[in-house]
Amino acid sequence: MTNEAPLIEVKNLKKYFGEKGGLFQRNVSVVKAVDDVSFQIHRGETFGLVGESGSGKSTIGKSILRLQSITEGEVLFDGKDVHKLSNAEMRNLRPKIQFIFQDPYSSLNPRIRVGDAIGEALLDHGLCEKHEVASKVKEVLEICGLSEYHMNRYPHEFSGGQRQRIGIARAIILQPEFIVADEPVSALDVSIQAQIINLFSKLQRDRNITFLFISHDLSVVEHLCSRIGVLYLGTMMELGSREQLYSNPLHPYTKALLSAVPIPDPTLKRERIILKGDIPNPANPPSGCKFHTRCPFATERCKVEVPEFKEVESGRFVACHLV
Amino acid sequence: MGNTVLDVKNLLTQYYTNGGVIKAVDDVSFSIPKGQTVCLVGESGCGKSAVAMSIMGLIDGGSGGIKNGEILFEGKDLLKLKKHELRQLRGNDISMIFQEPMTSLNPVLTIGGQIMEPLMEHELISKKEAKKRALELIELVGIGRAEEIFNSYPHQLSGGMLQRIMIAIALACSPNLLIADEPTTALDVTIQAQILDLLRSLKEQRDMSMLLITHDLGVVAEVADYVIVMYAGKVIEEGPVVELFKNPKHPYTKGLLKAKPVINQRQEELYTIAGQVPNLATLTPSCYFSERCEQCMAICKEQMPKINDLDNGQRVACWLYEEVTTV
Ligand SMILES: Nc1ncnc2c1ncn2[C@@H]1O[C@H](COP(=O)(O)OP(=O)(O)OP(=O)(O)O)[C@@H](O)[C@H]1O
Ligand SMILES: Nc1ncnc2c1ncn2[C@@H]1O[C@H](COP(=O)(O)OP(=O)(O)O)[C@@H](O)[C@H]1O
Ligand code: SF4
Ligand code: SF4
Ligand SMILES: [Mg+2]
Ligand SMILES: [Mg+2]
Repeated sequence: MTNEAPLIEVKNLKKYFGEKGGLFQRNVSVVKAVDDVSFQIHRGETFGLVGESGSGKSTIGKSILRLQSITEGEVLFDGKDVHKLSNAEMRNLRPKIQFIFQDPYSSLNPRIRVGDAIGEALLDHGLCEKHEVASKVKEVLEICGLSEYHMNRYPHEFSGGQRQRIGIARAIILQPEFIVADEPVSALDVSIQAQIINLFSKLQRDRNITFLFISHDLSVVEHLCSRIGVLYLGTMMELGSREQLYSNPLHPYTKALLSAVPIPDPTLKRERIILKGDIPNPANPPSGCKFHTRCPFATERCKVEVPEFKEVESGRFVACHLV
Repeated sequence: MGNTVLDVKNLLTQYYTNGGVIKAVDDVSFSIPKGQTVCLVGESGCGKSAVAMSIMGLIDGGSGGIKNGEILFEGKDLLKLKKHELRQLRGNDISMIFQEPMTSLNPVLTIGGQIMEPLMEHELISKKEAKKRALELIELVGIGRAEEIFNSYPHQLSGGMLQRIMIAIALACSPNLLIADEPTTALDVTIQAQILDLLRSLKEQRDMSMLLITHDLGVVAEVADYVIVMYAGKVIEEGPVVELFKNPKHPYTKGLLKAKPVINQRQEELYTIAGQVPNLATLTPSCYFSERCEQCMAICKEQMPKINDLDNGQRVACWLYEEVTTV
């Protein structure tokens, strides 16, 4: 990419959760939700994270924004270690880093008018005067495809797609440099999803915002992201550019994921890799390569030896003994 | 019609909502030939589940009801059957799989017990025989470790396994018709691929008919023989799967196909359908898609188009095609 320093650097990030189990909630086991993950996000790019549910996508997103503590590792924003900032420094950083949720409804107060909900963060962060708020809210509503009259309405009066627009408006009104969007279109119907995807494209073009875009939908990620990381049970299996990953996936898991996506063409005959079995319990992940219990190419070595996450060509990393 | 398993005629199903009475299913007709998979596709709230619930006789009288139509299953009108006759058919000749497997299984009963239940109820076989069949069914849906699964409880299994168990229960009495309402929507893609593969092979082995409900056009392309597209309670287009995908006729179907991002066919900008689905409580006499349609004409605002046959086996409800059918 560029020689410029990356905006986000995630270094050996680990996030473990203590999971209570058993009948009386006393057997404590540890879920390694994120287990030694490293990657960088360059300024102005949209980095995609894909993987099945429970693979650790949301945990990485929240860790980067320090919405939760981390177990080990570093997250650098513009060179500064986010998890080592003082409270005052963090307060300064907050408006620059925003989060967009899958279901914005759960993050909107049902009794607060949408205009106030979008504008309140501006005042909280002291980013503008009270009399300027309304015009700024109006401006972002328009960017997000809503109208001025929507300001006086309550969240329940909006459809799913409109609520997602509100969530986006609330994030961009602060003029952030970086946004984590966690499954922002997954709950939407196709016709509405396309509108919101185009809104993200527009924000990428017009505002030079850097995005971490989290999704389990590989076609949406291909559409919006220039570089992509593939997660499995808290471990990065492959990382590369969109072109590298989609036209020539190297890791068996990436191949299987891509071949599992249904394509809307009934005449297409594809060689399918149908994985056997389920995603293993994250509290008790397989030894060696975590994918070996489902990998069609697994050998004895894979059961015992953890494959190194190595750079196989410029900017492209794969964790597999075969590559 | 010996070859038709299900024939739905002019079905009208209403729900009573705060906003007023809505027609969740509005004059819907379709049929399912023996051994075929028909997919019902459309966006959230268009009435797909309401069709399924109507067929199963599961619309709760307090919140809605079937106001008109016939549902002929192997020639018998389900709407005229007595309660116990319908119960006898359900889970026996017609089975249904729901979107959320966890909510339709009993958490305090073992998996084995729940598979045996319909067998013992409908087939009048001994407990021992039922257990043998249950174990075979668990093997059939590709889980393995049948004994262990037989004795486990729902919370001990993953979403994908539970959905397989739901399929096993649905297949227990060898139904002639399987209704699957979004059977893979809650699952990850790799598990979805397994379940679709399973449904496809079961359908072939057993010459079973299937009504599969989904909002995912990719899933439709993978499993359907015939496709029905719904919008705001109405069927707006239907046809054999290859024709419908190759040559969609209705502006909404065309739009849906263009708006979906497809892997390895990246475009700079996605096609979008403006606006949103209309509120079913405040519909006016017009084409329900007219607010969003780029080709809307004066007549579309005044009158609802009827669904008509085209000469290639497709059917479409749109004023653009009215002359075609009079030729
Ligand atoms: N029990 C109910 N009471 C009142 N209205 C209902 C009820 N169930 C469904 N509806 C309404 O009926 C219409 C059709 O709903 P239905 O559940 O059939 O949609 P669907 O196509 O299955 O959608 P989805 O893709 O979200 O499952 C919607 O407007 C819905 O809000
Ligand atoms: N707050 C939490 N407490 C305990 N376990 C959690 C918590 N958040 C996530 N996990 C676990 O961490 C793993 C990764 O979760 P998550 O990051 O939400 O995955 P994804 O977003 O990829 O679906 C899962 O096994 C999940 O159950
Ligand atoms: S390391 Fe072995 S098990 Fe893991 S992906 Fe490669 S071949 Fe498969
Ligand atoms: S009837 Fe008119 S408004 Fe409706 S889809 Fe056809 S052209 Fe569009
Ligand atoms: Mg998540
Ligand atoms: Mg439904």
